[in-house]
Amino acid sequence: MADTATTPAGDVRPAKNVIYCGVCTLPPEYCEFGGTTKKCEEWLESHHPDLHDEIYSPDAAAAALSTLSVDAQKRAEKDAQKKAAKAVAQEARESERRATSRITIKRVERNKRKYVTEISGLEHFGIDLKKTAKEFGKKFATGSSVTKTASGGEEVTVQGDVSEDVVEWLQENHGEVPEENVECVEDKKKKGGA
Amino acid sequence: MFKKEFTPGAKSKVKSSAQRAVRAKVLETYPLLEPHIDEILPKKEQLDLVKIPDRVSLYCNGTTPLFFQHMDDAILPHLKVVHKYPWAFTKVRVDRGAIRFVMSGATLMVPGLTSPGGRLAGDEGVEEEYGNAGKELEVGDVVVVNAEGKDSACLVGVLKMGSAEMREKKKGIAIENGHFAGDGLWKLDLS
Repeated sequence: MADTATTPAGDVRPAKNVIYCGVCTLPPEYCEFGGTTKKCEEWLESHHPDLHDEIYSPDAAAAALSTLSVDAQKRAEKDAQKKAAKAVAQEARESERRATSRITIKRVERNKRKYVTEISGLEHFGIDLKKTAKEFGKKFATGSSVTKTASGGEEVTVQGDVSEDVVEWLQENHGEVPEENVECVEDKKKKGGA
Repeated sequence: MFKKEFTPGAKSKVKSSAQRAVRAKVLETYPLLEPHIDEILPKKEQLDLVKIPDRVSLYCNGTTPLFFQHMDDAILPHLKVVHKYPWAFTKVRVDRGAIRFVMSGATLMVPGLTSPGGRLAGDEGVEEEYGNAGKELEVGDVVVVNAEGKDSACLVGVLKMGSAEMREKKKGIAIENGHFAGDGLWKLDLS
């Protein structure tokens, strides 16, 4: 822990190297306020056992509670529990969304024999749209951009009919996307330009 | 200010004249950072400017966030910088009960600083690191907030009330819209 010795202003001390928790990215002493206390404690124990002993020792806990009144203690506990519950609920929701969300590859007619491929639903899988759009443009030697859909989501629009190649590319580069989650659709909508 | 998470906007290079201006401003606001300014803001390296929502500009060195500024207000250090050089900033301390509110982005109120667990500049018999050499803090001062029983800072922001006024009134808003540990700016991924 930092020393409390006083030093004159303007002295050159090396930068303090602070360790941040691997679970909640906060300094380990603040982990209890993050909503993932259990996991944080386990992480700290396995990575920095000395810090773990310092922070999670029984005296530290006693000192922490002693300065709060009984009411405040109870409220603090309720708060911590609520936060933990919220974190768990959020995680569950995220994993559910990942399982059900699909990547939709639409082939839309632009002019009588020209097509445009629209790929939506990539954000659910954490795929960076801008980078992907650029890659497609390079790979297929055609124009590609990120556009907004009516429902508020974003999609990658590629000029030309590249739907098959996109499926292949997804399998190669983003193997985590299972096949069932990819949908190929033909759209007869007329879009103005690409 | 950064209660919600957000994605960074455009990243642009900063002109060397602007970079020098930023350096000068930082040294002016935080004179104690002088010996370390070359580590934080190296002259030779390219400073980047990232725009984030709410008219905030974030200056960073590659992927390391350094300072941010809302419009033309005071330039504030990112908490990671504060953690590295805690002695270079004016500090106050909040008591334990206020920590969870600070960590969820609430406005910091004066009782958090004037109650038994808190430390404010100019207090009698206060430890030296919070004493600010006996000078009172003024409105508009940039101050780093530590927590009782914790080593690292949890909040950095601009004071809405001077320390003398705080001790007198014992009520009101101390710091509004600061950058706290775990907020959108803290979690920002600049890669």
